[in-house]
Amino acid sequence: MALVTYATKAGGLWLLGRVDVGERTEAGLDALPGAIIVAIVAPELVDGGPPEWTAAALAAVVAWKTENLLAALVVAMVAVVALRSL
Amino acid sequence: MSVSFTRSGVVAGFRTCLPVAVGVGGYGIAFGVLARQAGLSVAEATLMSAVVLAGASQLIAVELWDAPLPVLAIVVTTLIVNLRYVLMSASLRPWFKEISPARAYGSLFFVTDESWALSIADLREGAGRGAFLLGAGLAIWVLWVATTAAGAAVGGVIGDPQRYGLDFVLSAIFVAIAVGLWRGREDLLPWVVAAGVAVVGAEALPGRWYILLGGVLGSVVAVVRRG
Repeated sequence: MALVTYATKAGGLWLLGRVDVGERTEAGLDALPGAIIVAIVAPELVDGGPPEWTAAALAAVVAWKTENLLAALVVAMVAVVALRSL
Repeated sequence: MSVSFTRSGVVAGFRTCLPVAVGVGGYGIAFGVLARQAGLSVAEATLMSAVVLAGASQLIAVELWDAPLPVLAIVVTTLIVNLRYVLMSASLRPWFKEISPARAYGSLFFVTDESWALSIADLREGAGRGAFLLGAGLAIWVLWVATTAAGAAVGGVIGDPQRYGLDFVLSAIFVAIAVGLWRGREDLLPWVVAAGVAVVGAEALPGRWYILLGGVLGSVVAVVRRG
């Protein structure tokens, strides 16, 4: 289990070291991090309700305005705990 | 692009990731409790967290846990659930090709959804801190291993992590990181496709296939548009 997991974690870097990366592949790789993160979080948010949606929107606004992850996290956590207890 | 690998990079990664690691710790406790219920000892559960460091696949392995141990099923499921890491490590290539293979491949053990996301955000900003992933991953590793041990030791005494909002930490941090990664209108279509595919995929497919599928198709949109 440990070996298989490590193989996946190392595999992408290893594979890309063995092929020539063209301009189009480069464009795909540039778009990849954002696409993965959106793919992780979108289903979680869809599964949530108004407290989660509001807190996520607040996290986005705070991250946008302050560029501070910790501030965004704190605001979102306070919001979600408060809104869930209503 | 100059990429360094320094102690200060490790420290920066560790500090940035620590609050996120506390959220991961909520899952560590849940995992420890579930592992004990499935029949693993405290030592076995802790060892699994220390050497595998991949929460979703560990939870599934524990669900499959039985006597005799279904080794093949566990290994194959682990591979499938963790295939998304192939994409994540591929995306680190522009920076990791600049540091030594030993450092790059050593750091990659510490890839998790969270440590990778924070690292890619930091690297994109251009600070060139190649050791950021190692530091961020260490923060996750310490909390993950410690809370697994704690959860396994105390069993069902602790309540639902949802009560403290811990289940939402990871969603919140991913939203904030996504905002930081936004490059402008060129990202709109890839992101919409990634989100749509992931939402449908999460309903229709088992495990974590939706992350892989959403990430790949979102990225393919960018490739097609370039051509």
